[in-house]
Amino acid sequence: MTIRLGGIIAGLAITLVLVLWSLLPGAYNYAFGPAPEKQPSSYFYEHGEGPAGGFAFDGAFGKWDVAQLQRGYQVYKEVCSACHSMKFVAFRNLKQLGYTDAEVDAEAATWTVPGIDPATGETTTRPGEPTDAFPSPYPNAIAAAAANNNAIPPDLSLMTKARHDGSNYVYDLLTGYGEPDPAKAAKVGFETPDGLYFNKHFHNVNIAMPPPLSDGQVTFADGTESTVPQMSKDVAAFLTWTAEPSLVERRQTGWFVLGFLLFATALAFLSYKQIWAGLKPKKS
Amino acid sequence: MSFAWAKQYEPQSAFTKWLDEKLPLPRLVYNAVGAGYPVPRNLNYMWNFGVLAGFFLVVQIITGVVLAMHYAANGLVAFATVEHIMRDVNYGWMLRYAHANGASFFFIVIYMHIFRGFFYSSYKAPREMIWLLGVVIFLLMMATAFMGYVLPWGQMSFWGAQVITGLFTAIPLVGEPLQVWLLGGFAPDNAALNRFFSLHFLLPFVIAGVVILHIWALHIPGSSNPTGVEVKQESDTVPFHPYYTAKDGFGLGVILILFTAMVFFLPNALGHPDNYIEANPLSTPALIVPEWYFYPFYAILRAFTGDLTIPFTGIVLIPAKLLGVIAMFGSILVWFILPWLDKSPVRSGHYRPLFRKFFWFGLIPTMAALFYLGGAHAEEPYIMLSQIFTAYYFLHFLVILPIISQIEVPKPLPFSITEAVLGKDAAPEAPRTGSVDGGDAGTATDGALQPAE
Repeated sequence: MTIRLGGIIAGLAITLVLVLWSLLPGAYNYAFGPAPEKQPSSYFYEHGEGPAGGFAFDGAFGKWDVAQLQRGYQVYKEVCSACHSMKFVAFRNLKQLGYTDAEVDAEAATWTVPGIDPATGETTTRPGEPTDAFPSPYPNAIAAAAANNNAIPPDLSLMTKARHDGSNYVYDLLTGYGEPDPAKAAKVGFETPDGLYFNKHFHNVNIAMPPPLSDGQVTFADGTESTVPQMSKDVAAFLTWTAEPSLVERRQTGWFVLGFLLFATALAFLSYKQIWAGLKPKKS
Repeated sequence: MSFAWAKQYEPQSAFTKWLDEKLPLPRLVYNAVGAGYPVPRNLNYMWNFGVLAGFFLVVQIITGVVLAMHYAANGLVAFATVEHIMRDVNYGWMLRYAHANGASFFFIVIYMHIFRGFFYSSYKAPREMIWLLGVVIFLLMMATAFMGYVLPWGQMSFWGAQVITGLFTAIPLVGEPLQVWLLGGFAPDNAALNRFFSLHFLLPFVIAGVVILHIWALHIPGSSNPTGVEVKQESDTVPFHPYYTAKDGFGLGVILILFTAMVFFLPNALGHPDNYIEANPLSTPALIVPEWYFYPFYAILRAFTGDLTIPFTGIVLIPAKLLGVIAMFGSILVWFILPWLDKSPVRSGHYRPLFRKFFWFGLIPTMAALFYLGGAHAEEPYIMLSQIFTAYYFLHFLVILPIISQIEVPKPLPFSITEAVLGKDAAPEAPRTGSVDGGDAGTATDGALQPAE
């Protein structure tokens, strides 16, 4: 009885404190207080939908489009890698994109990575080897910030997993550059700050990255026309692969495991029913 | 187990006879989860979740031990070693996704297990000790899961560690030194990461130990059942093996199908994208949230927005942060006194019309709402909603349950489990010692009730 009485008193006390000191002031403020200030950027942000038709790897049966990944790699190499590293992806991983050992060796050698001079021990650079990761163009974060208006270009290894709905996010971001509607901008007093760029798919619509892609910027070996949406889609697919190289293998394994489990669970259900059959209420 | 009609272990071969004399391990298993443990015959699927929780504890320990072989608890390389597991370790991605989603499924089955306990009043005499040990396991799980989430050293890891250890700064006087002591520094860094890894490795084995106590305590009164009427006679029970091993086997298959679907097809759906960004003390995420299984308690923590002051004087008695911390810990600690708050002699919610209404239309929607609100942005109307549901949460356990257990008129209970299942009791000569209300039936079932082996 003491515990119950104490409980009732404690419960009422907690409720009283919560309602009188937190809920009522909050409700009063919500009803009569000043409305929360709306950020001008919120008038311009648009939620993107990703590329029309989606990606080849979408869905539970999706597969990599290897040609697309190769095109995406080309976009990364010729455009993105000027600023962005991929420190968790090694050149040897490119074998998964359909390149042979010799091609990977040759491709790695086209990159320059930091090294140590074996004779003097001084830092230097050397051609990449398959075991090297995609290097950063900057020696350190301070240099990266200094070269980019104080914004550090993030590492791209995991970008599509580090954003909600990442593959579509990358596509939307790369295709979201433009100018704000001037009438609307004048009305709410919005101006893109100096050194930033307007992007309707970036969360606060002011992004530090200049528009990286322009039509015809790269020449695809397979003859695909290099429009901005095409390159954006290809590089978004490529970055999905870098973030999760095991994606397709994972789903294929999953189907095998699921198939086995469905069979095993069906057997388990039948044996459960059989074992319990004798206990069912019988008419007698 | 205790019932007089429990089957006895009889070693068959010369070896098992020899072993039974030296170390009766097979006998222990036989009596714990074999044919030697008589279990009520009417358990429904809600009684599967205890075994499933044990299964997921084993999954977590096995995957965790292997992951630890490839992981390094050092702030400089922790994030990279996790990526090394994902990319270079054979089936490392499967191990890590199984471990991450295994934690979620561990909590899913534990929540089902706990709410089974709420509805069928599994906490009532004579099973209070099982319940108390269960709450201890839940608290240990929360600590383990929190520290495990810090180990990948992503943004949510870092800021989660900062926020959760920051809760201790709410304690007057010793709060700030306490946080520094817990973290081994002024902010989460190597010292914190190392000790969290050490404790994250240790605590699962502590949990396993408390689980053994939990099962030991269970075997003294035996399992509860959906009628809440205690076992009276042999026809009320079936041997655990093969009856419940078969049923648990089926339940395990179903949960594994769901688990597999998550691991292989939606492995990051329950996680947060920000944790794939390396920890950065200089950049605060827009929304710091814990893992989903902590959302209800996080909602309770954030519900207290105003300091407790003496009106019109400005004197702060208890700051809002301390109120929130007290309420958050209190929301789980209240489960410890639940057996003494709910004094209704009837166990099962099926026979408690008033209790059942408050359970389905009060507690369950409240928990669902708190789950949602804990993950929402701290803005209106979510704050007001979390305040209302937090208030109901405490009212439910501390005020409503004691009162309805006083005023409720329960429905008539079946005489026995056998009668509940078969519609009639074939053994009218069974001793009618158990009171019909079933409240103190645990002490009155039969004289053979003995301490477990």
